[in-house]
Amino acid sequence: MLKEGKDNYRIPSGCAICGIFNKDGKRVSGTDIISAIEIMHARSNGLGGGFAGYGIYPEYKDYYAFHIFYDDDKAKVICEEYLNSHFTIAYLSRIPTRRHPKIINEPLIFRYFVLPKSSNLISAQLDEQEYTSSCVTRINSDIDGAYVFSSGKDMGVFKAVGYPEDVGSFYRLDEYEAYCWTAHGRYPTNTPGWWGGAHPFSFLDCSIVHNGEISSYDANRRYIEMFGYKCNLLTDTEVIAYILDFLIRKTGLSYEEAAIVIAAPFWSSIDRKEQQEKEKLIYLRNTFSSLLITGPFSIIVGFTGGIMALNDRLKLRSMVVGEKKDTVYIASEESAIRKICKDLDRIYSPRGGEPVIYTLKEGECNAD
Amino acid sequence: MPINYIFPQFEILRDETRCIKCRVCENQCANQVHRYDNDYRIMIADESKCVNCHRCVALCPTKALRIIKNPHSFRENGNWTADIITDIYKQASSAGVLLSSMGNPMNYPVYWDNMLINASQVTNPSIDPLREPMETRTYLGQKKHTIKRDHKGNIVPNLGPQLELSTPIMFSAMSYGSLSYNAHESLARASKSLGILYNTGEGGLHEDFYQYGSNTIVQVASGRFGVHIDYLNTGAAVEIKMGQGAKPGIGGHLPGAKITEDVSKTRMIPVGTDAISPAPHHDIYSIEDLNQLVMSLKHATDFKKPVIVKIAAVHNVAAIASGIARSGADIIAIDGFRGGTGAAPVRIRDNVGIPIELALASVDTRLRNEGIRDSVSLVVGGSIRCSSDVVKAIALGADAVYIATAALLALGCHLCRTCYSGKCNWGIATQREDLVKRLNPEVGYQRLVNLITAWTHEIKEMMGGMGINSIEALKGNRFMLRGIGLNQKELDILGIRHAGE
Amino acid sequence: MMKIKVNEKWCLGCHLCEYYCAFANSGIEDMVKALKDMSLRPKLRIEQNEKISFAVSCRHCEDPICVKSCITGALSIKDNVVCIDKNRCVGCYTCVLVCPYGAVMPSDEGAVRKCELCIGNNDAKPACVQGCPNKAIELAEV
Repeated sequence: MLKEGKDNYRIPSGCAICGIFNKDGKRVSGTDIISAIEIMHARSNGLGGGFAGYGIYPEYKDYYAFHIFYDDDKAKVICEEYLNSHFTIAYLSRIPTRRHPKIINEPLIFRYFVLPKSSNLISAQLDEQEYTSSCVTRINSDIDGAYVFSSGKDMGVFKAVGYPEDVGSFYRLDEYEAYCWTAHGRYPTNTPGWWGGAHPFSFLDCSIVHNGEISSYDANRRYIEMFGYKCNLLTDTEVIAYILDFLIRKTGLSYEEAAIVIAAPFWSSIDRKEQQEKEKLIYLRNTFSSLLITGPFSIIVGFTGGIMALNDRLKLRSMVVGEKKDTVYIASEESAIRKICKDLDRIYSPRGGEPVIYTLKEGECNAD
Repeated sequence: MPINYIFPQFEILRDETRCIKCRVCENQCANQVHRYDNDYRIMIADESKCVNCHRCVALCPTKALRIIKNPHSFRENGNWTADIITDIYKQASSAGVLLSSMGNPMNYPVYWDNMLINASQVTNPSIDPLREPMETRTYLGQKKHTIKRDHKGNIVPNLGPQLELSTPIMFSAMSYGSLSYNAHESLARASKSLGILYNTGEGGLHEDFYQYGSNTIVQVASGRFGVHIDYLNTGAAVEIKMGQGAKPGIGGHLPGAKITEDVSKTRMIPVGTDAISPAPHHDIYSIEDLNQLVMSLKHATDFKKPVIVKIAAVHNVAAIASGIARSGADIIAIDGFRGGTGAAPVRIRDNVGIPIELALASVDTRLRNEGIRDSVSLVVGGSIRCSSDVVKAIALGADAVYIATAALLALGCHLCRTCYSGKCNWGIATQREDLVKRLNPEVGYQRLVNLITAWTHEIKEMMGGMGINSIEALKGNRFMLRGIGLNQKELDILGIRHAGE
Repeated sequence: MMKIKVNEKWCLGCHLCEYYCAFANSGIEDMVKALKDMSLRPKLRIEQNEKISFAVSCRHCEDPICVKSCITGALSIKDNVVCIDKNRCVGCYTCVLVCPYGAVMPSDEGAVRKCELCIGNNDAKPACVQGCPNKAIELAEV
């Protein structure tokens, strides 16, 4: 299994993204999302595809669900030893898959439902999320041949090298039920064919699918690495995930405020706003100036209880949002939405830099 | 002197078929090089007095004049060059320290010219600055990232004082005394018109310029010339000058002849006395003393003005910058070894200090490694010569740049490097009234505005080419640079890859 | 209307305005050919002492004394500009004497010379304004 980021090469790509979110928490199978991404086949080149589902593990919803790739048994043994010493494992299994002629060279794929050992938590003096994320980072940088590609509660990422519809079939996503699905098909210009390089990229419960190439990459990376993050994969999606984790979890901004930081309004618009709003916008944009993301991008961010879609300020990548009753559809193309829902209440294209955020309605949750 | 060791450096070539004997060269040369000979009825020139300032050449209406290097030569010698030999003759005659002006002219590498900028293609479109907004607004100051909220959950902005610039370029420190009143007026008016800042240098602030206070950085140098409470509160920021790129480790010297009535009043020293700035600040002998001065200045200005600390680029500049970042300063200004000056000993100017490109890269990397890059903004100068240098500086990690020599060139300077004589023919580096008159601020300020406007436009074009529409996204974005003709060590220090990678 | 405005604060006494004026009014394309070894005939002149200098040129007065004094009617006003008809001037020099500014000058051609705002030459842009290196002479709305 080759890794990306080795030899320090960055791989730009153009792609397809897609998301479905049920505001009322209704959980649905992965069939629709696979259907939607399939129709955007031409946007991928078969070198990567993936999905994220939220609400898929109701029986273990309070446990962190680690999805891990292993090159071989040796890596699995070392990694499990690490997990055993740092976490209590409630359950583990292979992730069920179905043979598919186009999905080949698969690594070992396992999942573990874990919680940090409370004694470790106390002696490390960290909160649960910080502890878990540090351990995941440790495994990914230090244990050769093991890669944790999903580490949130009651959610999971499923990805591989191949067209997304084939990946969806491979992972038997029709058998899962989630209130939120996101999907991605990759079109990299060059790839070593590593499964971990596909999208979504996830960090704890935040998952990102991304179409675009950010020109501000190195400016963002060199700033975010001051706070302990390591951008080992050298991909744009990775740095976006770390930026959002920093702004939301570590700094305490809301998703709307984080969107102001990463896709800030133009100074000319800010100058025209009312005094209080103007001060707040200048403050956010100035304080986090190195986290402004420029370059074309459209991202869909999944998080527990919600979804956010955002375009760069100049809207240099397509993104369309459709609504039908309590379900929201987001995609790179309208055809993907119409494929699964012909008849929509509303369909629109969000403006560049304007975040589209949906959360589960008050009182609703993903209980079965 | 019966034996002439020093031969004239320049020769004046006058095309006699073009000369109309208008005598402009004669009346415009403060060094009295040209004169009209009544008997022969032609213009003659005494080349021994010529400093190659081009005043006569620039004004001659028929373009009859040219100045060339005097071809009179020593035997070729790779080790004992003509300059080195002549310097020895001068010192054998005068027993004095060799003085010169402006920046280091020696043949050291210019790293700006060994770095190439990226452009976006295919996978990432370049942005058209004619169609899309291209933002160059920059804020300088400390950034803290702990959010404060009021009881309603709204964000309460809690940053310290910030400087707002319309473009990431400022005019660097040049004192009133070394520069003329009209030069300062041009800088002040241009800064106001452009929405940027200029720097008083160590000569204090003339009362006529208090009206431009919100575009002025007031400097507190080791001689503390002109420093009083109104001075500190009038400016938009206060700069503590710890060192200068042209002469790291030593102080300044303005000869008594340049201390006129006006200069003396502004500097708060008696007329005609030499203005000597000591090498260290005599109340700052260690980093904690600097902290104390920073705090005193902040208290004196009610914490409303950012404090800048200006240092020269020397060997351990990264460690020094790290110390300064932890001592309460809001902005660090680094001056590279190519920085200019009104007067400095030649040996120090030419041999002390390091290039700004390397200093900037290592300071930016060090501050990021220590996680404190946010606690200061970085401004670099010495020397920034064109808009591509600005783009490269920001890509290496600077927040903004300081320009001085480039500004003087815009005002008419021809880099003849004889500012120390006080006879600047362009009215810039002199206090003689008849010469100062030659720089009309109406013309001067417009030329400065033109220069910065042109550079900003070029910066926007380059940004658009890289697929960036906001200068913040260029800051520290080293992937946008590639080195060419550099060895691995230089590439490592700059933190960039070689072209082709 | 536009008139020549002089600011003695910026005048350097370099005399370039005189040379550019003479060249512009010479009718010759090449400056060297026009002015080399010729006596200078500018239509404005510099007045100076050690402390101060400035250019003096015809003020194109609204009620010009020189026009009133001209015995042949060679001087007249056309479109607010005081002009000379060379063919009518007999060189009596009355205008030279009466001009309160000393802006009219004797000439060895016979006729007198004075600034005519470069109406007939230099694309109607006064050569002194263009030629002043320090913006001491400007064309300003009066």
